[in-house]
Amino acid sequence: MLSTPALVLAIILFGLGLIGLLSRRNILYMLLSLEIMLNAAALAFIAGGARWGQVDGEIMFLFILTLAAAEVSVALGIVLQLSYRFRTLDADAFCEMRG
Amino acid sequence: MEVLFYIAAAVTVLATLRVITHVHAVHALLYLVVALIALSLIFYLLGAQFAAALEIIIYGGAIMVLFIFVVMLLGPLAVEQERTWLSPSAWVGPSILALVLLGEVGYLIASGDHPTMAVTEPRQKAISIALYGPYIIGVELASMLLLPGLIGAYHLGRRLSSEARSC
Repeated sequence: MLSTPALVLAIILFGLGLIGLLSRRNILYMLLSLEIMLNAAALAFIAGGARWGQVDGEIMFLFILTLAAAEVSVALGIVLQLSYRFRTLDADAFCEMRG
Repeated sequence: MEVLFYIAAAVTVLATLRVITHVHAVHALLYLVVALIALSLIFYLLGAQFAAALEIIIYGGAIMVLFIFVVMLLGPLAVEQERTWLSPSAWVGPSILALVLLGEVGYLIASGDHPTMAVTEPRQKAISIALYGPYIIGVELASMLLLPGLIGAYHLGRRLSSEARSC
C-alpha cells in the first residue's frame, strides 16, 4: 500500500513548511509556508482515508480546502494593508504591538 | 504505481524546497503550482480522484491566482523586474518538473491501469451522502467561516483603496 510512504511525504512536507515559516522573514513567504503545511495535513488525511477505505479523509480535505480559501483571502488583505502602511513586507518591522 | 508515486513525491519535495528557498516571489509561486499539481497526482494514485480535481481547481487555480494578484499589487512593475521574471532560466526548473508530471500522466493514460477506477462512482456517492449526513454540522461551520472571510477580505481591501485615495 502507498499509505505509509504518503504519510512520510506528509511529514517531510510539513517539516519543510515549518522550516520555511521559521526561517523566512518575508510575510508573503510565511503565508506560502502555511499553505504548504495545510497541504501536508490534507495529504495525511487523504492517506488515512485511503488506508481504511473510508470517505472521511476526503471530507476532511474538503474542509481544509474551505479553511485555506478563507484564510488566504483574509491574510492577503492583511498583507496588502501592511505593505501599504509600512512600505515593507519584513515581519520584524511590524513590531508596534511589542509582541 | 509505486514508481509513479515516488517520482511524484520527489517532484513535490524538490518544488517545495525551491519555494522556501527562492527570493523572487513569482518564481516561488511557479514552483508552488508545480508542487500542488504533483500533490494532486499523488491524491489520484491514493484513489481520491475528487480530491485531486479539487486540488488543481481550487488550490492551483483560485488560491494561486489570489497570490499572484497580490504579488502584482505589492510593487510597481518596473520593466527591469519584469525582464528578470520572464527570463528563460526562471522557467527551466518548473518546466522540467512539470514535464516529469506530464510524462507520468501520459503513462497512466496509455497504460490504462486504473485500479481505483472501478470503485469511483460509489465512492463519490458515499462522499456526498456522508457530507450531507453525519458531517452536516461541518458544512454549516464551513459556510459560517466563509462568510466572515468574504466580509473580512472586502473590508481590508476597501480600507486600502479609500485611504490611498485620501492621501
